Amino acid sequence: MSPEAASSLWNVGTEHYLALSLLLFGIGLFGVINRRNLITILMSIELMLNAVNLNLVAFSYQRGDLLGQVFTVFTITVAAGEAAVGLGILLAMFRLRQTTRVDAANELAG
Amino acid sequence: MRDLLWLVPLLPLLGALANGLLVGRRASEKTVAWIACGSSGAAALLGVGVIVDYLRVQSPRPFALPLWEWMSPGVLPTVAGPANLTIGFGFLLDPLSVVMLFVVTFVGFWIHLYSVGYMAGEPGFRRYFTYLNLFLVAMLVLVLGDGYASMFLGWEGVGLCSYLLIGFYFDRESAADAGRKAFIVNRIGDFALLAGLFALAGRFGTLQFAEIGSQIAASADALRAPYVLGLSFAGFVALCLFLGATGKSAQIPLYIWLPDAMAGPTPVSALIHAATMVTAGVYLVVRSNAIFQLAPGISALVAWVGAATALVAAGFALVQTDLKKVLAYSTISQLGYMFLAAGLGAYAAAIFHLATHAFFKALLFLAAGAVIHALGGEQDLRRMGGLWTRLPRTARAFGIGALAIAGILPFAGFWSKDAILSAAAASGTSGHWILYAIGLLTAGLTAFYMFRVFALAFLGSFRGDPKAGHHLHDAPWTMALPLFVLAVGAVAAGWLGIPEALGGENRFGRFLEPVVAKLAVNGVPAEPAALSHAAEIGGMLLALGIAVAAILLALRIYRAGPERGAALSRKFPRLHALLEHKAWVDEVYDATIVRGTWGLARLAAKFDARAIDRGLVEGAGRLTVFGSWMSGLFDRHVVDGLVNLSAWLLDRFSRSLRRVQTGAVSNYAFAIALSAFVLVCLYAVWR
Repeated sequence: MSPEAASSLWNVGTEHYLALSLLLFGIGLFGVINRRNLITILMSIELMLNAVNLNLVAFSYQRGDLLGQVFTVFTITVAAGEAAVGLGILLAMFRLRQTTRVDAANELAG
Repeated sequence: MRDLLWLVPLLPLLGALANGLLVGRRASEKTVAWIACGSSGAAALLGVGVIVDYLRVQSPRPFALPLWEWMSPGVLPTVAGPANLTIGFGFLLDPLSVVMLFVVTFVGFWIHLYSVGYMAGEPGFRRYFTYLNLFLVAMLVLVLGDGYASMFLGWEGVGLCSYLLIGFYFDRESAADAGRKAFIVNRIGDFALLAGLFALAGRFGTLQFAEIGSQIAASADALRAPYVLGLSFAGFVALCLFLGATGKSAQIPLYIWLPDAMAGPTPVSALIHAATMVTAGVYLVVRSNAIFQLAPGISALVAWVGAATALVAAGFALVQTDLKKVLAYSTISQLGYMFLAAGLGAYAAAIFHLATHAFFKALLFLAAGAVIHALGGEQDLRRMGGLWTRLPRTARAFGIGALAIAGILPFAGFWSKDAILSAAAASGTSGHWILYAIGLLTAGLTAFYMFRVFALAFLGSFRGDPKAGHHLHDAPWTMALPLFVLAVGAVAAGWLGIPEALGGENRFGRFLEPVVAKLAVNGVPAEPAALSHAAEIGGMLLALGIAVAAILLALRIYRAGPERGAALSRKFPRLHALLEHKAWVDEVYDATIVRGTWGLARLAAKFDARAIDRGLVEGAGRLTVFGSWMSGLFDRHVVDGLVNLSAWLLDRFSRSLRRVQTGAVSNYAFAIALSAFVLVCLYAVWR
């Protein structure tokens, strides 16, 4: 876990983690923006969340500071709660609209 | 007793206030009459007491009673240096005011009493007596005032009361017009009088008679020096005072108001327009005699104007058919006599005639009033006649008055008229023989017109409405008693001034001597010009002869009625027309001054309507309307426009902006992501 390890070819460095994280976040963002199904959007949000977690862990590893990993554990815990709330909203919306398509909820259109 | 002088004018004032303000509208005539006659009677008694007290000593000194300081306008730059002008109010008792006081209170009281009978049952009884008492107050202030200011207060007061009483029957338009005419004509004279008073105050720094008198004696030469308009100061003031006198005393050119003033009740004509108020002008001239003596030119003017007025008015009186109008012109004529005397320097004679005239003219008016009263308001001489047997007491009273005014020997008018005529004969004024001749001629005319009236009213047969003839009755005692008393006065008043030529003492003239003494010339007291006794007796006989002849002629022509007189006037149509229309003076004044004033007023009205109303006021209105319209335009277009513009802009802007709010969650998510990206980029650039 030293900095010089990153120079080896197959050594996995922070850049790789970050690249993966960016990829995950991009997929998640694309899903959130492009998908109409609320369940898919929730899943995409989880994806983006985990991309962020990955970032935190990567930097934590790079800096040799455990604080980032502790923070990630907390984030995952809170994300579980967030997922529960998200599913609650999904359920409430389904009961109201008989659908889970987000473009059905457009009352705020100006 | 003389200390109570202030109470004399106060008593009638209290009477006027009581009648005017205290007693109610429903007060009985008896109450009103008692208050009015009581107050004026008490004033008369008190006046007599004051006079007796004043006359107790052999040669009494003037008694001044200054009451209070009226005005003190401050320091005035006078010719003799700055003087602290203070105008006091007070009373003065000297021979002149003693005579006036007696005449005013005595005649005033009897006419008050007479009025009780004459005005009985008239609406406005209370108003009448209030005015009459008020008149007495003003007249007393006029004759008792110790300076020109106090006198002027009374002067205007009597003018006001005269106006009120001429217009007493104000529901008759002619009476209201006559009141206005009297007031306005008097204002013209008063204007000149005021100018004179201001000149006096500016010269002497005082308006008190005593102080002005001593200053005149001290600076006689300076007062003769040229001042304005080619007149000396004395001449200027004398002219102003005389113009004031012509207004009040109905002399040419301001005499026109007096005949019209007969629209008032007859006792008012007797008191105000015959006995007292109209003589105020003569009083003014005599009171100011020191000034007139310094202005011989103006004095001559006074004499000539007086003579002309005497003659012309006597001529007008010849042809009047209205009983009261004859007496009115007769009054003007007799006042002219007084001015003739005053202009000639015979001031005592002027006042003597004033006093005797007050008695016999009041008597004539009251007798005429009794006739009019008995005939139920008839004033036309052509509808009278034969009243000698039906109204014996009235007829005899009128006869005595007529004899007195005609100048028949024992009666009052003879003595005073003789004093004036002999003064004219003896005077040094140039042309005094012409004045004397005019005086004689006027005396003849006076006797003629008076007995024309007497014959038309009392002789012959009754020509009026036979129905009215049945109700004829002599007056009640309240009217008869004053007639009797004044008849005694008309007989006896002249005996005070029997001239030395007839063995008398001319006590009246001697009594007035201190007031009207000739100014010393170069330190030498001037000797009054006098005729020899023989010449004076000759003049008396001449005047008496003319009067008797005129009386006989008048009785001969008019005894049977107006027909012979009418025939006579048809022979001289031009002269008759001239006299009957009073030389068209009223018409001339109407065409020139009255029309002129009207024209001026109309012009001013037109100016008012056109320039002020239409031009300025309406112009301002229009300008305001235009301004408001402009301001409205600005409001609507600019101010509202700005407001609307901002609203419109906001509307447009919002319209385009609302498209952003799609309501689609994914769009919002995209916007958030994009914004975050942009922020991160910005952070990277500007770190």
